[in-house]
Amino acid sequence: MKFTFSWLKDHLDTTASLDQIVEGLIGVGLEVEEVSDLTKALAPFKVAYVRDAVKHPNADKLRLCAVETDDGVKQVVCGAPNARTGMKGIVALPGAYIPGTKVTLEKGVIRGMESQAMLCSERELLISDEHNGIIEVESHWAIGTPAVKALGLDDPMLYLKVTPNRPDALGVRGIARDLAAKGLGKLKPLEAAPVVGTFSSPIKVTLDFPGNDTKPCPLFVGRYFRGVKNGPSPDWLKRRLRVIGLRPISVLVDITNYITFTYGRPLHVFDAKKVNGNIGARLARDGETIAALDGKTYDLTSAMTVIADAAGPEAIAGVIGGEPSGCSETTTEVFLEAAYFDPLRTAATGRKLGIASDARYRFERGVDPAFTQTGAEIASAMILKLCGGEASHLEIAGAAPDTSRSFTLRAARVKSLGGADVPLTEQSRILTALGFGVSETAEGLSCAVPSWRPDVHGEADLVEEVCRIVGLDNIPFAAMERGHAVARPVLNPLQKRMLAARRTLASRGFNEAVTWSFIPEAHAALFGGGQPDLKLANPISSELTDMRPSLIPNLIAAAGRNIDRGFADLALFEVGHAYAGDRPEDETLRAAGLRRGAAVARNWQGGARAVDAYDAKADALSVLEAAGAPIATVQVVAEAPAWYHPGRSGTIQMGPQNKLAHFGEIHPRVLAAMDVKGPLVAFEVVLNAIPGAKTKGAARPALNASDLMAVARDFAFVVDDGVEADKLVKAAKSADRVLITEVAVFDLFKLDGAKKSLAIEITLSPRDKTLTEAEIDAVSAKIIASVQKATGGILRS
Amino acid sequence: MQLQSLEADVLDQVAAASDEAALEAVRVATLGKKGSISERMKSLGAMGPEERREAGAALNLLKDKVAEALAARKMALQEAALEARLLTEKIDVTLPVRPQGQGTIHPVSQVWEEVVQIFGDLGFAVAEGPHIEDDFNNFTALNIPPEHPARQEHDTFYFNEKPDGSRMLLRTHTSPVQIRTMLASKPPIRIIAPGRTYRCDSDMTHTPMFNQIEGLVIDEITHLGHLKWVLAEFCKAFFEVDDVKMRFRASHFPFTEPSMEVDINYTREGGRLVIGQGDSWLEILGSGMVHPNVIRSGGIDPGKYQGFAFGMGLDRIAMLKYGIPDLRAFFEADLRWLRHYGFRALQVPTLAGGLT
Repeated sequence: MKFTFSWLKDHLDTTASLDQIVEGLIGVGLEVEEVSDLTKALAPFKVAYVRDAVKHPNADKLRLCAVETDDGVKQVVCGAPNARTGMKGIVALPGAYIPGTKVTLEKGVIRGMESQAMLCSERELLISDEHNGIIEVESHWAIGTPAVKALGLDDPMLYLKVTPNRPDALGVRGIARDLAAKGLGKLKPLEAAPVVGTFSSPIKVTLDFPGNDTKPCPLFVGRYFRGVKNGPSPDWLKRRLRVIGLRPISVLVDITNYITFTYGRPLHVFDAKKVNGNIGARLARDGETIAALDGKTYDLTSAMTVIADAAGPEAIAGVIGGEPSGCSETTTEVFLEAAYFDPLRTAATGRKLGIASDARYRFERGVDPAFTQTGAEIASAMILKLCGGEASHLEIAGAAPDTSRSFTLRAARVKSLGGADVPLTEQSRILTALGFGVSETAEGLSCAVPSWRPDVHGEADLVEEVCRIVGLDNIPFAAMERGHAVARPVLNPLQKRMLAARRTLASRGFNEAVTWSFIPEAHAALFGGGQPDLKLANPISSELTDMRPSLIPNLIAAAGRNIDRGFADLALFEVGHAYAGDRPEDETLRAAGLRRGAAVARNWQGGARAVDAYDAKADALSVLEAAGAPIATVQVVAEAPAWYHPGRSGTIQMGPQNKLAHFGEIHPRVLAAMDVKGPLVAFEVVLNAIPGAKTKGAARPALNASDLMAVARDFAFVVDDGVEADKLVKAAKSADRVLITEVAVFDLFKLDGAKKSLAIEITLSPRDKTLTEAEIDAVSAKIIASVQKATGGILRS
Repeated sequence: MQLQSLEADVLDQVAAASDEAALEAVRVATLGKKGSISERMKSLGAMGPEERREAGAALNLLKDKVAEALAARKMALQEAALEARLLTEKIDVTLPVRPQGQGTIHPVSQVWEEVVQIFGDLGFAVAEGPHIEDDFNNFTALNIPPEHPARQEHDTFYFNEKPDGSRMLLRTHTSPVQIRTMLASKPPIRIIAPGRTYRCDSDMTHTPMFNQIEGLVIDEITHLGHLKWVLAEFCKAFFEVDDVKMRFRASHFPFTEPSMEVDINYTREGGRLVIGQGDSWLEILGSGMVHPNVIRSGGIDPGKYQGFAFGMGLDRIAMLKYGIPDLRAFFEADLRWLRHYGFRALQVPTLAGGLT
């Protein structure tokens, strides 16, 4: 919403400065996006009189001028072709900053002649691109008059960002009303004396809706004018429209725009000679089209309201007028339309047709239905004043929808909800100034809502009205009660796991990334995603189409980008959600990481070691441990989702139904499809899947340590290649679950004939007495037997 | 040989022993079973008592002296040997250590923890909700009925329509968590809800995904003055300044009534933003008293309960606090950026130790 300071003052009787007005607007909730005030930037520029302009003695194209300024007569060298004796222009004296050239003016010597000032072009003042000559102002302006005044640029423009609940502030008068309530002046009386019609309109107005349901357009007001003269608007009107960014068209059209911005009341004018028969509001018929004033033709549907005559639609209701019946320079007979259109239908129509107009903007937010006729009267008076002619009686079809409603504002409610101590009389004054019909009751105030405030629906809205006018800055701070002297913990187990996973991975050398939740369709498909439920209907780009089924694809893509930047060795992780479906329970919180290149970079002590699946396994286990998973009892099995290398990947699980994590090398085909080079390993832990801790309380069980020395014995077994180490370790452990406290694999090498040697170190921890050699030998024999039974392994001799 | 010359002879040999083996040879030759001194001790038995006492004392004296000399020489030789070994064991301590990756925590995660520290102290629990939401929680329950103009402004990402005509969407704000929390719990409620949000918008300052943090208080007494206080205390604690000037502006959100936007003061010093100084204003959040319709949607009686809600950009406050210029870089996983703006693994923000 744009307007000028003087425009505001037409409706607000105020002595407040522009700065005070701006502050007031911000305070009452009308956000000021921009204030364009040329009076400051152009302060050094003033009107001057060119007493004498002669040819420069040393240059054909330059002139030597004697210029009368408010600082005496100056000699000015000027190259403008229109510089001539007797004209008045705009002068800048040395020291003035010239916005168009971004330099501060100094005295100069041009072709041997001193130039003591400068006659300015519009471009030099940054008020237009014009640079063919210097500015000429009308001769009645006295020397020394500020340039902004002589050029009509002394009216600052304000640009408000009006929130969608305040259609009343989409007119200057509504803004003035807020400021008056704020105490920044007095709202001037509305000038809307009805125009006396002298004849009956030859065009009648009608409402034609199925079943007489006039909701789309409950009220249509029209008036016929004859003998009018259209043409350019007066300067003041053109200037105001230009300042707010509207192009003046003709006085009839400009009047409708002016009333739109002054009162938030859109209107339309038809060239009455181009109207066929009567005119009225009806629903469009499917297949109808209209050539609109924006030069485009639109296809209409029966969901849209149109203003139509016998020939068909002449305007899209509340959105845009039609081209054929529009007013032109030659218009002499005019039909003025002021109607009330349903906000929702207007919004839907505008949206569907892709038309953004000042009328739609207001109708869809809700114009004042009670102002329909008033707006028509104000426009009528303006047409008669600026275009002459004669007005008919008003033609009225339907009635303004009844929006009357009242709410009680309890006396203590502003305090109890808004926290503001405002005397009831002041609350009453504020609401009255805003147009509410206020009466005091036993409970507080009974407030009738004005017709221009469709946003007010209850007591809370009334509290807001009082608070915003009082000023939210004036509401005292109130400390909230502290529930507990020492704050209680607030995080749930999953949140704690998330934090633990992050810090653990960062401490293992991973850099945390945060990546999009949506990924390209092709990537989703590679990782088991791409279900129809998880495809965006309106993705922002073809790269962000599907909700991610896993965090790994984004990490691989990120690795690829970083590799291209020269980072070959990297470790990235993310903690975030993956999506298996569109129900809340389908979203799982995961911690995923990726290592690429060398696990240990090349260094002076040795060469680089490439990452392998065991790095990823260690990462996954460290996350699980930090997140409280029962690491001692989890199973690691040699199966993993399809995006892993089938022989170099695994799953960590509590059981087949509860998989906690997977890890391994990424499948070469997946890397090839994503165009990222390995070696590359990854893991993904599902933090939701980790069972909650069973123990309660902080106390630990007592330490049960033996003072007796533990004994270690090494065994090397020859087993088939296919035997899993874990199986052998478990078999060894099961030989004596009390005495054997640790089994560690310390050597592995390949033997001929599809065999391998696997060496383990067994730790025996005696509890009561030192073990004898015989006892140790007995346990050893049990271990060998157990391993042989479980794996077929034979002790290497 | 006279005892004195024997002593001199033995001590010479001790001194001359150049290593521990030579020294041991001297010991055997003197104090060993058949050593020169041991042999003389044996001859004491053949002497008369008087003579034996005298000669015995002298011999014992000699024996002690020799033993002492042997021990001293042994220690000297060991010392010398250690010194010699240490001289050969010098390393170049300026060589670099074994390479180990330096991990980092993303600024959004760090700020998540900072915010939770502050609001946790004020008694706010951390609530969460799904990113894939339904229309009710994201809009209708928040007093944004279908066709409300605010719906158009949300630039919502939708999923495809289901057979029943409904369609899921990506939450455009964290406010649906308000509804879920109210439906799942009873007042008094004090929560914050940080998390990812999505809008179909991308330019210099917008990304299609961003992080928001929601706040919600529902009880019987909390009013706008409490909201102002909480926000002011939060800003001081988060930006770690003694005072922040704040500007509270009336505004409009469908889900709050009254509504307000909050600005904080800042200035620029050499291209850097300094919060809490200067006269320029920066909008940081939207807030207000929860609309009665929203409380009702949450299954709570708005006639009895009231409270406030606020929402702000987690990425945005991270940018402001840590001087990070570009939002888009948050989600690009550029290692150079992650390492530069990231935080150390054990740099955990706490109220006791300070947030930064």
